[in-house]
Amino acid sequence: MSTTPRPIDSDAGPLAVDAAFVIELLRGFIADGVRKVGFERGIVGLSGGVDSSLVTALAVSSLGADNVVAVFMPYRSSDPQSRIDAQAVCDSLGITPTIVDITPQVDAYFEEFPDADRTRRGNKMARERMSILYDHSMTERALVLGTSNKTELLLGYGTLFGDMASALNPIGDLYKTQVYALARALGLPHSVLTKAPSADLWAGQSDEDELGMRYAVVDEVLHLLVDERRSRAEVVALGFDPGDVDNVVARVRGSQYKRRPPVIAKLSNRTIDREFRYPRDWGR
Amino acid sequence: MVLERSRTGVIPVAAVPAGTAVHDPLTLREAGPDPAGSVSIALAQFYPRLGDVAANLGAHLTIVSSAAATGAALVVFPELSLTGYFLKDQVPDVALGLRAPEIDALRDASRAGGIDIVAGLILESAGHRFYNSSLYISAGEIVHVHRKVYLPTYGLFDEQRYLAAGDRFRAFDAPLGDRAEHRWRAGILICEDLWHPSAATLLARQGVDLIICPSASPGRGLLQGEAVGTASSYDVMTRTYAQLFTTYVLYCNRSGFEDGVGFWGGSRVVDPVGTVVAEVAGAHESVLYHSLERSAVRRARVAYPLLRDERNDVNDAETDRLRRRPAGG
Repeated sequence: MSTTPRPIDSDAGPLAVDAAFVIELLRGFIADGVRKVGFERGIVGLSGGVDSSLVTALAVSSLGADNVVAVFMPYRSSDPQSRIDAQAVCDSLGITPTIVDITPQVDAYFEEFPDADRTRRGNKMARERMSILYDHSMTERALVLGTSNKTELLLGYGTLFGDMASALNPIGDLYKTQVYALARALGLPHSVLTKAPSADLWAGQSDEDELGMRYAVVDEVLHLLVDERRSRAEVVALGFDPGDVDNVVARVRGSQYKRRPPVIAKLSNRTIDREFRYPRDWGR
Repeated sequence: MVLERSRTGVIPVAAVPAGTAVHDPLTLREAGPDPAGSVSIALAQFYPRLGDVAANLGAHLTIVSSAAATGAALVVFPELSLTGYFLKDQVPDVALGLRAPEIDALRDASRAGGIDIVAGLILESAGHRFYNSSLYISAGEIVHVHRKVYLPTYGLFDEQRYLAAGDRFRAFDAPLGDRAEHRWRAGILICEDLWHPSAATLLARQGVDLIICPSASPGRGLLQGEAVGTASSYDVMTRTYAQLFTTYVLYCNRSGFEDGVGFWGGSRVVDPVGTVVAEVAGAHESVLYHSLERSAVRRARVAYPLLRDERNDVNDAETDRLRRRPAGG
């Protein structure tokens, strides 16, 4: 785990965002997406990290504090700082978090599978949180807002049907460094902006350690490969480490299945999502 | 109105109000030394409900009625204003023929309000092809039909999968509620048509004073300096065409979201020297009013007689020469 808090710089360089434009668009996106399907409220799984904090802040800005439910779902090994940060975010936005400790249900399950490794445990926690969020979505009449950013989605650094599940994702087209830029523009608490990014599935977990790269580098490489459609060779020629570039390329390709709906065996002439193509907003 | 079938399609023959001569667009036009008069127009930056023609028609009629009440002679709606844009497999479900009751309702509204209407829809041909189209309706008649020629099929666009392409750019006399003292020639370019300068050039050669551009342009580009990327392209195009062709440009973009894609609005009027004289600042639903001044067209053409000096003979000769060469790719 990184010990030195440091801001992730994205106010300059090729990924610098026009924060005012993006915030305004995302406020409209959330309000439109929530109301179009007959809801007035949004619900977010708030971890105290920058992604979910940003989504919560955008949701409050878009729907109003009374219409946003933030659910904090710690496990016994979660970093205590996460709770402090989640509370600080809620305080700054004028909302009260709902707290659901997932320890009993997760531990009860793994009593049956004591040999499970931490990846498996982490995925289970993410899926427990998803199921709690969707349960509260129903009782609160609030649509689930996603918190996966573009970096995570492209690298496949998330749990399928866990933290990747949502109805609307306002930040899925923003790289991690751009998430920081917006979070700064919205004035999120200092500790949220400076702590090392972590999925917080186990103590000391660090995104950048797991990826083996800094987000600043990953994001630039992804931007070149994905947005600018540069080849691997072109990116390497720009001075990026060939191993890093190959790592990114392999992760993006290897996780494509996570970004697609399940594969349907084609039999008829009009298979769902192949020839049967309607907008999601069909009839909305 | 009477429609005549020709080998090349449907030709409106009741395009000119009764009592006026039919003008050949290529002959000289009469104008007094002081072409006085202004005519008020409205651009309806509108958020259509995707696939819901009945609801959209209702909203159109409300906007038409309120624009008529303010004295506007023309109200322009965005591309596919009756249907929404990302229709996908709904295209055949929402398509209308020219004799559809929904179009009759717009014709009735134009007659009742004394206001011309440009509205966007999916037009179905007798052979069941589907066109992204805009109608110009005046005094209960369909004066002009433009079928979008350039169907974007790249990036987030997929129009050629679902739609047939139009094959002409034609100017027409815009009655403007029959309130204009001067004859106004107009042409319609739908969204992507604007990205092909030959389209605007063909309209200019037919003497247009008014290019009407209904649009459904999605906002995209979040980086600094890029955030208004699409908007800045339209800014350049609308001002450039207005200036080079000494014509008004009415750009009417839509509002709202479809499947998470936001449309950026920014509807505007550009005068014939390329100055933005009215604009909606933002993507919200809004109706923009402005008065077109005939004298502004005259002043622009006195100062910049570009159309007078246009060498169509050179253009024709060079085009003929190029046509004989093998096509490049």
